[in-house]
Amino acid sequence: MAHTSEQVLEGLADIVNEIAGIPTEDVQLDKSFTDDLDVDSLSMVEVVVAAEERFEVKIPDDDVKGLKTVGDAVDYILKHQG
Amino acid sequence: MNATNRTVVVTGIGATTPLGGDSASTWEGLIAGRSGVRPLEQEWAAELPVRIAASAAVEPGEQLPRPLARKLDRSAQFALIAAREAWADAGFEGRAGDEGNQVDPDRVGAVVASGIGGVTTLLDQYDVLREKGARRVSPHTVPMLMPNSPSANVGLEVNARAGVHSPVSACASGAEAVGYAIEMIRTGRADVVVTGGTEAAIHPLPVAAFANMMAMSKNNDEPQRASRPYDTARDGFVLGEGAGIVVLESAEHARARGARIYCEALGQGLSADSHHIAQPEPTGRGIAAALQNLLDSTDLKPAEVAHLNAHATSTPQGDVAEIKALRKVLGDELDHVAISATKSMTGHLLGGAGGIETVATVLALHNRLAPPTINVDDLDPEVDADVVRDEARQLPQGTIAAVNNSFGFGGHNVVLAFRTV
Repeated sequence: MAHTSEQVLEGLADIVNEIAGIPTEDVQLDKSFTDDLDVDSLSMVEVVVAAEERFEVKIPDDDVKGLKTVGDAVDYILKHQG
Repeated sequence: MNATNRTVVVTGIGATTPLGGDSASTWEGLIAGRSGVRPLEQEWAAELPVRIAASAAVEPGEQLPRPLARKLDRSAQFALIAAREAWADAGFEGRAGDEGNQVDPDRVGAVVASGIGGVTTLLDQYDVLREKGARRVSPHTVPMLMPNSPSANVGLEVNARAGVHSPVSACASGAEAVGYAIEMIRTGRADVVVTGGTEAAIHPLPVAAFANMMAMSKNNDEPQRASRPYDTARDGFVLGEGAGIVVLESAEHARARGARIYCEALGQGLSADSHHIAQPEPTGRGIAAALQNLLDSTDLKPAEVAHLNAHATSTPQGDVAEIKALRKVLGDELDHVAISATKSMTGHLLGGAGGIETVATVLALHNRLAPPTINVDDLDPEVDADVVRDEARQLPQGTIAAVNNSFGFGGHNVVLAFRTV
């Protein structure tokens, strides 16, 4: 079943909270993973793997570089979800 | 003193051990003669010949924020907790170079050792690989399992830029780290070095492996009585976990900032047995050489030595070889040395041992109190030395020195010396 953009944002907020300890309400579409949310390149791999599992989507390594903000990730997941 | 022979002092201490989550509770436990050995309640332990260990008194995950803790192997968690305590105890706030911290990061070092490194991370991630597949292996695996990870994380914590090092020599690793740190300051490479040892290897694989070497006590029925250095009924060591860290500083730097000085860190003596990969050399030849090297390379006088924190792991061979070596080098001067085998209480922390025993040695000098060696019901007649038994013992007034011994599989011998100021 397809997820709505609200559900994807909420799911990413949970993941970022678990991995980086950022409060879920601070995980907003315009936030940069590295600059605003304390997600370094290694932790970004964790975020991606957790998102793949949660939203049943494949995010190839080459595409991860394009995911700068939470909004980028939400758009990508909405576009590619099964 | 010239730039290549500077005086080194201890200005901060920190620990998290089987006896307590900080150095104060650890010291209290040591002086009270409390055992930190407990039964292993985990399911995996049921199948093993050894079902006891000196596990940490406080879970490290409770002392660190979760996002940080999950990126650190347990060994690095212990190291970071102890290092934070030691750094604050030395009177430092924030990282070197931060506003309010006058220390030059280019003059700060970190030398923290582990004997085994991130073994639980390695084994846990191997389980993930087999059970869930390659994609699920944590991207933090390598920085977590590398044996220099505790040192690197402590270095990051304090902003150490003079050098971050991690000597590895099995159970001598922690002491070798402290010796290396003393040299960094003595020779002018750094003014402040955070140093010590850490270990977290209570996992079925290391426990099974050590047990199969016949190195561990199998006294599962009486955990608190299992670690018994120098007792005739000793049957091997008890595995412990945790970390001990000290802040070393050039005397000049410490005095300039008005720091509290615990004692002087005099230097180290090193040697290797070249005898067997795991068995101690029975006459103590290598240990004697290390102690002699310490006496030759520092101004330590045997008459000053009032206390010795022995390596004494509670193995039949090793405990006696160490005493023989001490007698050989010190002769009658050994008679006024109060010997404590604190592993009787903490268990054996492998690469962490040199760290927490450095903390214990420094506190023994500072408080002029030698911790007891517990469980010596029947002193081995071959132990021809003054072992502090049952209760802590007051050390003499005036200038006194203490020696801390650590030896490791591979034949590594490290002897450290400290002296009151």
